[in-house]
Amino acid sequence: MSQTLAQKLVARAAGRESVTPGEIVTCKVDLAMVHDSSGPRRLKPMLERLGAKVWDPSKVVVITDHYLPEYDDESRKILRIAREWVREAGVDNFYDAQGICHVVLPERGHLRPGMFAVGGDSHSPTGGAFAAYMFGIGATEMLGVMVTGEIWLKVPHTIALDFDGRLAPGVAAKDIMLFLIGRFGMDGGQYQAVEYHGPAIRALSMQERMTLCNMTAELGGQTGLVASDEVTRQYLKRDIEIWDSEPSAPVLAHHRFNATELAPQVAAPHSPANTRPVTEFREQLDLAYIGACTGAKLDDLRMAAKVLKGRKAKTRLLVAPASLRDQQSAEREGTLGILLDAGAELLANSCGMCAGFGPNLLAANTVTISTTARNFKGRMGDPAAQVYLASPYTVAASAVAGRITDPRELLA
Amino acid sequence: MKAWVFGDNLDTDVIAPGRYMKFGIEEIAKHCLESVSPAFSHEVKPGDIVVGGRNFGAGSSREQAPEALKHLGVAVLIAESFAGLFYRNAINLGLPALLCAGAKRIRDGDELEVELERGKVKNRTTGETLDCEPVPAFLMTLIRDGGLLPHLEKKLARKA
Repeated sequence: MSQTLAQKLVARAAGRESVTPGEIVTCKVDLAMVHDSSGPRRLKPMLERLGAKVWDPSKVVVITDHYLPEYDDESRKILRIAREWVREAGVDNFYDAQGICHVVLPERGHLRPGMFAVGGDSHSPTGGAFAAYMFGIGATEMLGVMVTGEIWLKVPHTIALDFDGRLAPGVAAKDIMLFLIGRFGMDGGQYQAVEYHGPAIRALSMQERMTLCNMTAELGGQTGLVASDEVTRQYLKRDIEIWDSEPSAPVLAHHRFNATELAPQVAAPHSPANTRPVTEFREQLDLAYIGACTGAKLDDLRMAAKVLKGRKAKTRLLVAPASLRDQQSAEREGTLGILLDAGAELLANSCGMCAGFGPNLLAANTVTISTTARNFKGRMGDPAAQVYLASPYTVAASAVAGRITDPRELLA
Repeated sequence: MKAWVFGDNLDTDVIAPGRYMKFGIEEIAKHCLESVSPAFSHEVKPGDIVVGGRNFGAGSSREQAPEALKHLGVAVLIAESFAGLFYRNAINLGLPALLCAGAKRIRDGDELEVELERGKVKNRTTGETLDCEPVPAFLMTLIRDGGLLPHLEKKLARKA
């Protein structure tokens, strides 16, 4: 029986020739990533209780991103535990204040096509952009991985989403995802593997593919996958294996779309599934936020700069580049300068406001447009804050106009 | 035991709000579900049952979401469907999660009796019995041990 990409990746990790969707298998983990919030602060006491050690510290990557910059005793303590624990556990792959884990992990070359990886964060499907099977797990399950190097998995079915054509100017991977989540709902992925296909996907940069796979979390998939190709090779700057589905492999569902026709999308409060085309919105804004693993990578900053070049933001605009490296690249090439000239305020390279973990929280009734992944009630601050989700193009255009605006009007 | 009923897509930010995540479970639990049910954390009793619709536990990998519910004494979760990551977390913490196609027939405040192993939910208020999908046997072992941590403890002790 021919196999999907997801089946091939799981079979390899399970030491099998092939696997069947629905069966339970045990997989060997090639890489386990954790951050400061779900990682050492939770793992350390459990490992001590078990008197156990990390199965293979060379396969563990620790990245601090949630409680940065430290702003009170609690956050300082959480970061201190992370810094001490990597030394105790012998984990050399430690990236402290370098950016958001999902962006830093591939940026530093830890992901390769064919891998089976877990992350202590729900946006871990981001790794699927590299044709690696990567998904998020909680801290106790991560403890299991740390001790045994293994994890159980119900072999997923594959939902194939095909995009013909090309995205139009001013339309981005974020729009694809908001559209899909609106169309299929937050459980449309059914905790299966969602594989993105077609010429419009092949034409996307690695970071745009990461946005697709990242927001597969909001689509309810266990992971999102894109087959590896020349784009993957160029990003990783090394020889890679090509991992792809066999065309005849049976899938749970196959949907086909024309990317060319897709308009910019906006998700209204309080759900990423509450999506409509940008043309249906005119809300006045108090704040525009360009941040998060899903919305402030170098490519995202470039999109915002395309709109903001030579313009001023009417709405307060905050930018938190997703990684230090991406910020430095943006600075070198002039992208960051364009954002700052437009009036953007620069925040730290961390999860920042997206998850409401830091010191900056939205006040009640604040109307915000944001490049982040989730606008759940109270996530970014007060439960009465109103958060709209959109692409970096749309957020930048809306910041210029002071109300939700179609970026195509400004890019024309 | 009393049912606390919530709708579809009950998310982890509502169950365990991010702004309290820096604290321990005691403090997080105080704010559990406060933005949709301010009374919940004060009034929920040990043994009570939380019922959701579709995609219960959507969102984050933070296991403080099921942990807060467990900490408050919630004995079982019932839903039409669970977000996969949340489901794994609940089981790993020893909090049983039952998939029940008829979950939406349960009303807030109904008195329920749950037979976990057989996957039966008896609604004492309405007299109806709902058939649920029993928790798979290999996961039931984790629940019986009290979660993955005590399960591993047992396994490692056996090896030693």
